Amino acid sequence: MSMWTLVIALVCALIVWAVLVRYLMAQPWLPAGDPGNLADITAVDEPAKKVGLYFFLCAISSLFALFITAYVMRMDPNHGADWFSIPKPGILWINTLLLVYSSISMQHAKTVSTLNGQKNLKRALMTGGVFAILFIAGQLWAWEVLHGSVYFHLSNPALGFFYLMTGIHAVHLIGGLYVWARVTAKVFNNAQPETVNLSIELCTTYWHYLLLVWLVLFGLLLLT
Amino acid sequence: MAFVAYADRDEVHGHDPDTFITKYIWSQDHKVIAIQYGGVAIFVGLTALVLSVMMRLQLAFPDTFNFITPNDYYQFVTMHGMIMVIYLLTALFLGGFGNYLIPLMCGARDMVFPYMNMLSFWAYLVSVIILLASFFVPGGPTGAGWTLYPPQTILPGTPGNELGILMMLLSLAVFIVAFTMGGLNYVTTILQARCRGMTLMRMPLSIWGIFTATVLGLLAFPALLVASIMMIFDLLLGTSFFMPAVLSMGQASDTMGGSPILFQHLFWFFGHPEVYIVALPAFGIVSDLLSVHARKNIFGYRMMVWAIVGIGALSFVVWAHHMYVSGMNPYFGFFFATTTLIIAIPTAIKVYNWVLTLWQANIRMTVPMLFSIGFIFTFTHGGLTGLFLGNVTVDLPLSDTYFVIGHFHMVMGVSPVLVLFGALYHWMPKMTGKMFNVTLGKIHFWLTFLCTYAIYLPMHYLGILGIPRRYYAYGGADFIPASAQSMNVGITYAAIILAFVQLIFLYNVFWTLFKGKPAGGNPWEATTLEWQTPDTPPKHGNWGAKLPEVYRWAYDYSVPGAKLDYIPQNEPHHGHDSIESDSDDAVDEAKE
Repeated sequence: MSMWTLVIALVCALIVWAVLVRYLMAQPWLPAGDPGNLADITAVDEPAKKVGLYFFLCAISSLFALFITAYVMRMDPNHGADWFSIPKPGILWINTLLLVYSSISMQHAKTVSTLNGQKNLKRALMTGGVFAILFIAGQLWAWEVLHGSVYFHLSNPALGFFYLMTGIHAVHLIGGLYVWARVTAKVFNNAQPETVNLSIELCTTYWHYLLLVWLVLFGLLLLT
Repeated sequence: MAFVAYADRDEVHGHDPDTFITKYIWSQDHKVIAIQYGGVAIFVGLTALVLSVMMRLQLAFPDTFNFITPNDYYQFVTMHGMIMVIYLLTALFLGGFGNYLIPLMCGARDMVFPYMNMLSFWAYLVSVIILLASFFVPGGPTGAGWTLYPPQTILPGTPGNELGILMMLLSLAVFIVAFTMGGLNYVTTILQARCRGMTLMRMPLSIWGIFTATVLGLLAFPALLVASIMMIFDLLLGTSFFMPAVLSMGQASDTMGGSPILFQHLFWFFGHPEVYIVALPAFGIVSDLLSVHARKNIFGYRMMVWAIVGIGALSFVVWAHHMYVSGMNPYFGFFFATTTLIIAIPTAIKVYNWVLTLWQANIRMTVPMLFSIGFIFTFTHGGLTGLFLGNVTVDLPLSDTYFVIGHFHMVMGVSPVLVLFGALYHWMPKMTGKMFNVTLGKIHFWLTFLCTYAIYLPMHYLGILGIPRRYYAYGGADFIPASAQSMNVGITYAAIILAFVQLIFLYNVFWTLFKGKPAGGNPWEATTLEWQTPDTPPKHGNWGAKLPEVYRWAYDYSVPGAKLDYIPQNEPHHGHDSIESDSDDAVDEAKE
């Protein structure tokens, strides 16, 4: 585990270095004449909101990676032999399908938002959001199923982690739904495409990202 | 709609303040938010300063101040540490100076997300209020030590083990949300909103330090959030993430195999980068102060940038050196000792470069320069003792002694604080438009610097004697000589003087506001963009009708052949001139 972490960290560091080296080799003390075009210099020719979202996703990735690390470390019998694997409620499979469909709908919304007339945009956005809400409802159902079962012992860390990780994931999705609700309201008020398209695109990125996180978390829960 | 770079946009600038409330309270202007952040951070820092004086009184005169109980003492220790590290240093460097300097030094009109920036400050204020409110809840604030190690943190016997610790954890969670909102602004503004010509490698080192520290914060604070959330679960719901099987007050707990070491890993995975979240902005800022007041370009600019980035990356692989005494696989200890010693290399490069910047420079002994030179001393001292403690075998006997207190106060307490003072004096003329009282500033520096050494240098000696830290009183232990107690008394006197000396600084701030003479736009004759604004203090939008354009790096001081000993970053090169041709002209003139 730690070996792989080290290798991944090393590869990431090399990639970052390869990206940065173009800039970091500059010799700024030499006169360079006219100021260049900023877009050429920074290579971040993207809207600020998009860059901000990418950094936010980095921060959340750190959060979930640390939860997963804590999960794996806590499983280690050397840390305590009180880990009892719990059966995963079957509804989680349905929830996963709901989130996948939600993500597909958001992708569809993003695609049609750039087309003339934006046909079916409202329907695609609504489907994306409603299925995400259904996903959260399904997760709550899974909580309820476990709560009523014989496995509900909070001192079992496997159970604690289940609630913790599904809960944190759902909180992030609810944050996304807040933005989605604002965008959808604008679309239903027939806002100009240029005022909403970026938000739709960023929502879609966020949806895909949270789907990916859920698939990793679900895989981890199933395997352990 | 095609994307237009910030630098190519016209003057239209949203969120113009039109009422008192939008101008000074719910402000979205980065300069106002910076001062709001700074004001709250300094206020809460003074609270922590008072707590430290109370601790020192107890240590020097153990049977005199009966109102300081053992519980109080531990609560003071905990709150002092947490406030100083997070709510003062992190908030003031990034929330304060980050907010003030990034748009001005990068040539932007504001942060790219002003509304979120405003939310960031108000969330920070809420976190401070929650933290200070814990003084008034039943049981008082937590007394678990700033590291909040379980299981003792939430077991009976530790002060504030119920509401106190809950409020601390909630406050930290809110702070992290505030930091994330601010941090996303800082990195995005630096990447997106720089003016034309401001390449990454033309940025002043202050911005490099703040940028790297913010990236560290965005990646490291989640570890503290994870640890806090899991501990809240343990505290409120009875889960067993960190809580092992314990007998507490004769009762066996329901928990079985929780891992306190897991908490330590999470805490220090945040905790060590946190040291550099505080130190990197200090490194950057002090580089700029030294260069400006020495009238010389910073020595090895490119190496300085690499060192900042390198230190930032390495800071993620040294955390377990805080846990040698917790016990670990010897290979693990070897790995972390090695990485810890490796991080000394880029750090030493920086120290050499600061010293070489001063070498043969035209040094102006201004107040910011005094604080910067003071920083080089304290940082070198603290850094060198860090090399001792980075080694497992040396750390084990010293870890629980005053040597560690001396080390970390020197390296990440006093050093960043000296830079903060230097920076406050340096940019005060820009923030207020007025010049501070130089004599008071110099008195403030010398007393602060000398008292600092009077406090922390003897602590190293106490540590080597084996005087343990975290003790409320020492009683009559045989291994503690009477001289150690005399030294404790001396340290306390110095600490009290140091605390009162800070009143000089506060007085100086008010003196500047009400009696200070107009400072002019560029009193230090500096090259960076914040000194080239059309108005001082800069107005909303910073630059008037036209954004600046940058033609050179931030360190054109004493350029041979130039008319003045500084050339602002936004001054174009004339024709096809270059440093060489300027030099040739100078040589020609000399011949004539």
